Amino acid sequence: MRKFVGIVMLAALVAVAGFGATVAQAKELKVGFVYVSPVGDAGYSYAHDLGRQAVAKMDGVKTFYVESVPEGADATRVINNMARKGYDVIFGTSFGYMDPMLKVAKKFPKTTFMHCSGYKTAPNMSAYFGRIYQSRYLAGLVAGSMTKSNIIGYVGAFPIPEVKRGINAFTLGVRAVNPNAKVHVVWTKTWYDPATEKEAAKSLIDIGSDVIAQHQDSPGPQEAAQEAGIYSVGYNSDMSQFAPKAHLTSVVWNWSAFYPVVIEKVKKGEWKADNYWWGLSEGVVDLAPFGKMVPQDVQDMVNARKAEIKKGTFKVFAGPIKDQSGTVRIAEGEVASDAMLTGMDWFVEGVEGSNQ
Amino acid sequence: MGLELIIPILAATIQSGTPILYATLGEMLTERSGVLNLGVEGMMIFGAFFAFLVSYYTGNPWLAFICAGLLAGLFGLAHAVVCLVFQGNQVVSGLALTILGVGLADFLGTAYVGVSAPGFSPFDFPVLSAIPVLGEIFFKQDALVYVSFLLPFLFWFFMNRTRWGLALGAAGENPAACFAAGLNPVKLRWAGIYFGGVLCGLGGAYLSLAYTHLWTNNMTAGRGWIAVALVIFAFWRPGRAMFGAYLFGGIMAFQMRLQAVGATLPSSLLLMLPYALTIIVLLFSSARGKGRQAPAALGVNIEPGE
Repeated sequence: MRKFVGIVMLAALVAVAGFGATVAQAKELKVGFVYVSPVGDAGYSYAHDLGRQAVAKMDGVKTFYVESVPEGADATRVINNMARKGYDVIFGTSFGYMDPMLKVAKKFPKTTFMHCSGYKTAPNMSAYFGRIYQSRYLAGLVAGSMTKSNIIGYVGAFPIPEVKRGINAFTLGVRAVNPNAKVHVVWTKTWYDPATEKEAAKSLIDIGSDVIAQHQDSPGPQEAAQEAGIYSVGYNSDMSQFAPKAHLTSVVWNWSAFYPVVIEKVKKGEWKADNYWWGLSEGVVDLAPFGKMVPQDVQDMVNARKAEIKKGTFKVFAGPIKDQSGTVRIAEGEVASDAMLTGMDWFVEGVEGSNQ
Repeated sequence: MGLELIIPILAATIQSGTPILYATLGEMLTERSGVLNLGVEGMMIFGAFFAFLVSYYTGNPWLAFICAGLLAGLFGLAHAVVCLVFQGNQVVSGLALTILGVGLADFLGTAYVGVSAPGFSPFDFPVLSAIPVLGEIFFKQDALVYVSFLLPFLFWFFMNRTRWGLALGAAGENPAACFAAGLNPVKLRWAGIYFGGVLCGLGGAYLSLAYTHLWTNNMTAGRGWIAVALVIFAFWRPGRAMFGAYLFGGIMAFQMRLQAVGATLPSSLLLMLPYALTIIVLLFSSARGKGRQAPAALGVNIEPGE
């Protein structure tokens, strides 16, 4: 019996070795993705994985992914392993992978590294993200049109510039159509804790919110909105399945508009380190289809504004924009620079709540 | 802050306190039988996952609730094997149970993250929900909350007024005397560990069946540890466990609503409150010597032939 097992294992080894050889002969491009959460979460990593699947459909490309990789030492190990195994392109999709990736990138100069949502780059490492705030502004237009109580609840993850920028863009959208409305913020200090995030949404509903928006990966806030019979705005991917009666729209990522482009560049040898920050016009961010309760005129208005943003004739963060205390932060005629947006640590007028 | 805001806070208090209440009573039962089980978090998340799984495949939340309890109890028996068969270290075994439970649920549940399943929703309890104020706080909840209202009383009755309960308590106070009286303290501790695990599993089930209706990794998010601390806070008495669980739930519900109304306090400070409270309570209860109210033989293994 033991002999038999030995033979089978040997045969398997030979088969694996043979398979490896054929892969090497075909000179396939090996692309690795590192995710911070499980891909099945209908959230952030799920959105990235849809982009990976688009890459997998390309000719001569093989994709791999590792999910639920904690930021920090574990990330270094995973990224290092991928580079050592000869992956040609490695995507790290979470902010905390930035320094681990930079460290590994220095050791493997021939490998192409792509880091999402950070700012550090190297000759073989790009930074990339999407202008999701553009979609949030559009979602704000929808929410501002639908609210009757003029109180809108926003469940925030962590008080970092990325989230605050989103809240600001959303609020600017809300107040563009409804100057009396206020956006109330509750921080959960979680990215994925359905119970806590649902509880946060309920606390916002208790103070009279009739639209709930969120910046977390779990559908907890959507559930709360559905149960209370009010409206909701989802995030990451179309969240309508969790709250069909409440869901106005979702602010969504569309990484399949970006990842294949990067891989194409690498294949042609045209890739060089850069800081990509694509938006609505490139299709990296978008709005999910509107719920049935959104009136046609609101849909038309939002779509018109979307077209203007795409053409570049409308900027979300164009002055005059005041902060919570009424101080002008972006003067009339000015537009916020990308540097200002990436470091945004204040709230615009109309946001209620602590910015830390 | 008017009544219209206080009532929702208190109603939310009950809901956030309920999973902690189940788990606290579970750990209390086990400790009253003389065994310290730090695996509460592991058994809770085990229960949360199997509650979700059974509900997802059968569509029957009650069946899911019961299965979750029974399975979490079985899982907890690993602790019984270590402590009662091999006289292993109870602290180490309990910690291992937590790590194993969280890891196992994570592993088994990966394919189901973010998937929804049928569960319990709030309904107006007949007659009682019509009581002004109190009805709105206590009797517009889900079925599992109503069950949890009865638990502390049942727990008290069982421990103080039934033969089995008194025997269980004896196994925790003085196993030798228990043995001399013709009872088998080891068997009683097996029961204490199993049924304590069942209650912890039910607490976990509350998270995936009623609090939310979906499964995700690390759903318990430290609630099991709060339960362990609350057993000491409650001096091993079920009535105080109820008070403690709601106190914790209340702080959680309160800090969120404080943020919602636009308080400009840093949210980190507010989120720290429940944990700061745990430390303060442990400090005060120790200073007053109340720690001595623990079952006399808690954490002490029964050596064979004793």
